[in-house]
Amino acid sequence: MSVGQLMRALVWLVGLLALMGVNTLMFVWWERKFIARIHRRHGPLHHGWHGLLQLPADGLKMLTKESTRPLAADRMFFSLAPAMVVVPTYVAYVALPFGPGAALVDMRHGLFFVFAFQALLPVGFTVAGWASANKYSLLGALRSSAQQISYEVPMLLGALSVVVMAGSLRLTDIVSAQHAVWYVFKQPVGFVLTCVAMIAEMNRTPFDMPEAESELVAGYNVEYSGMRYGLFMMAEYSVMFVGTMLVSMLYLGGWNLPFLPASPLWLLLKVWLLVTALIWVRGTLPRVRVDILMETSWKVLIPIGFANLLLIGLLTTIWPRVF
Amino acid sequence: MVTSLASSTQTISVNVGPQHPSTHGVMHLIVELSGEEVCSVRPVVGYLHRGIEKLAEGRTYAQCQVLVDRMDYVSGFCTELAYCRAVETLAGIEVPERAEYLRTLLAELQRLASHFVWFGSYGLDLGAWTPFIYCFIEREMLLDLFEELCGSRMMPNFLRFGGVREEVPGGWLERVRSFAADHMPRAIDTYEALLTRNEIFRSRTVGLSAIGQDLALSWGLTGPMLRATGCARDLRKDAPYAAYDRIEWEVHTGASGDCYDRYLVRVAEMRESCRMAVRLIDAMPEGEVRNKVPRNLKPPEGEVYVRTETPRGELGVLIVSDGTATPYRLHFRSPALVNISTLPRMAVGHKLADLIAIAGSIDLVMGEIDR
Repeated sequence: MSVGQLMRALVWLVGLLALMGVNTLMFVWWERKFIARIHRRHGPLHHGWHGLLQLPADGLKMLTKESTRPLAADRMFFSLAPAMVVVPTYVAYVALPFGPGAALVDMRHGLFFVFAFQALLPVGFTVAGWASANKYSLLGALRSSAQQISYEVPMLLGALSVVVMAGSLRLTDIVSAQHAVWYVFKQPVGFVLTCVAMIAEMNRTPFDMPEAESELVAGYNVEYSGMRYGLFMMAEYSVMFVGTMLVSMLYLGGWNLPFLPASPLWLLLKVWLLVTALIWVRGTLPRVRVDILMETSWKVLIPIGFANLLLIGLLTTIWPRVF
Repeated sequence: MVTSLASSTQTISVNVGPQHPSTHGVMHLIVELSGEEVCSVRPVVGYLHRGIEKLAEGRTYAQCQVLVDRMDYVSGFCTELAYCRAVETLAGIEVPERAEYLRTLLAELQRLASHFVWFGSYGLDLGAWTPFIYCFIEREMLLDLFEELCGSRMMPNFLRFGGVREEVPGGWLERVRSFAADHMPRAIDTYEALLTRNEIFRSRTVGLSAIGQDLALSWGLTGPMLRATGCARDLRKDAPYAAYDRIEWEVHTGASGDCYDRYLVRVAEMRESCRMAVRLIDAMPEGEVRNKVPRNLKPPEGEVYVRTETPRGELGVLIVSDGTATPYRLHFRSPALVNISTLPRMAVGHKLADLIAIAGSIDLVMGEIDR
């Protein structure tokens, strides 16, 4: 690796780290503001311009709070678990391109790489829940792993049908294949499937089983406080970012917009629109029950996913010019 | 040892409450779980016990009223009405017609305010935040009206033996009328848009812990819990008191007695309470609001048991008098205590999440259960 390449990689890494931090903060801010609008509340308005200082204050609070640990907890794994959740989500950023040629590493198997690292999350959640020596967290952890493993399948099926169409696992190729028509119009079923599975992967309402505050207090992270809890939160919002990025790139044309030059801005705009939709869903729906959640995945989404994949496979073979 | 581990499954016992987001107040449920399935539930009550019934034995009848207010803290007017009626029956006190109308109006507004809390917290139990916030917006408006009337929001202490404390402030009835006739029905439409036809909400509640009419009656269930089974039993209709027989209104019932029916019955009751409030205001006569009652009330020796319909069901008040200024014994038959006693039988075999949904559908107010 030449010095120039090394410098470029370093600049990218710093940029990605900054993006992670700023983006998490902005998501939290936007979630609070938007949900406050839905609730007809004022929301965090009083600290700084439009409540913008609320988030640094929250961050400071989290950093200075004591990180407690239950006596019965497994010392090593209790401390390790937040890192086990955060690191894979952040590693997944590495493979995400933000525009044509704008990626730290434009991997040939970028999509596979992102999914592989996202798939490590249940391990972290399970370890967190088990190491806390708390029944609520254990239940939350088991729910979380069951949910994530179940929903990885429909999500992969949704992504696979895109891969079949684009003929590549490279994310930049997938985006450029949608230059004329976005995949959301060619296979809306796959889009809905991926979105639903993505919400479940993010543990967000209506699939926020692992937290389920009315049942499990806070699920797998009930014993975590201070910055350890903060790490879980950061991981949650990063997963949200990675998930919405993937959906934008797989189905919504990534950084392309009709009649406009390609730009990372459009990608971020789509991400933010999707995040807004997620918040809207959170403000509207109650939580599903854990067995209904499992049934939805195995009995509804996976068969639909396979049927969709089959259909797309047939169409691309029969009608390659259009699909 | 190894073989026993391989062939057996263990249940785990989880403490839901006393400090838990889903237990309305300080309720403690000891739940035995096999995986996520509930094997047994044991409610432990008593964390909020304040000895109200015992305290009453050392106070005059009028002084007891403030204790009664604090019993069911989300339906003060309804509890007061039950207590005042019991004392009035014991002492043979008449209530002026206008006061009867006012008491009925207040009881219905209180029912509305109480159902707001239930509606919101039921949504919260099922993971929906928004209805909770919405309900409190409307409840605040109602509490503002209460505050304007009697200076208090939760503990009104407004009813008196022989009527109510004083005439309502000028324009108050018009404000209540416009709230109940215009604002509330639209607000309830909004609430319903969030839950009633929501697919997730329905999948969580329809068919959940359905109990038959006979079973409900034999368990002693009352209020919306009983009416959801299709049994049109409502003391306001069956044994009318105050001004309930002076206006037209309906008893709403469900069909299958499941959680969804309990929800529908309460929502229908909210709408009915609005209509009743408007009719009561329209039909309200002029006149005195309070009869003269001796300051130091000494009811004759005897015993009385009076029942009224509170938002949670049948509230019975038993007073035993020995002819002195303090009750010899004051006891309440609280509907929520009877209703919660059925929880172990209703929840077994369901999931942990269902347990929360079933407990929420009972509409628990721990202040009333523990007393």
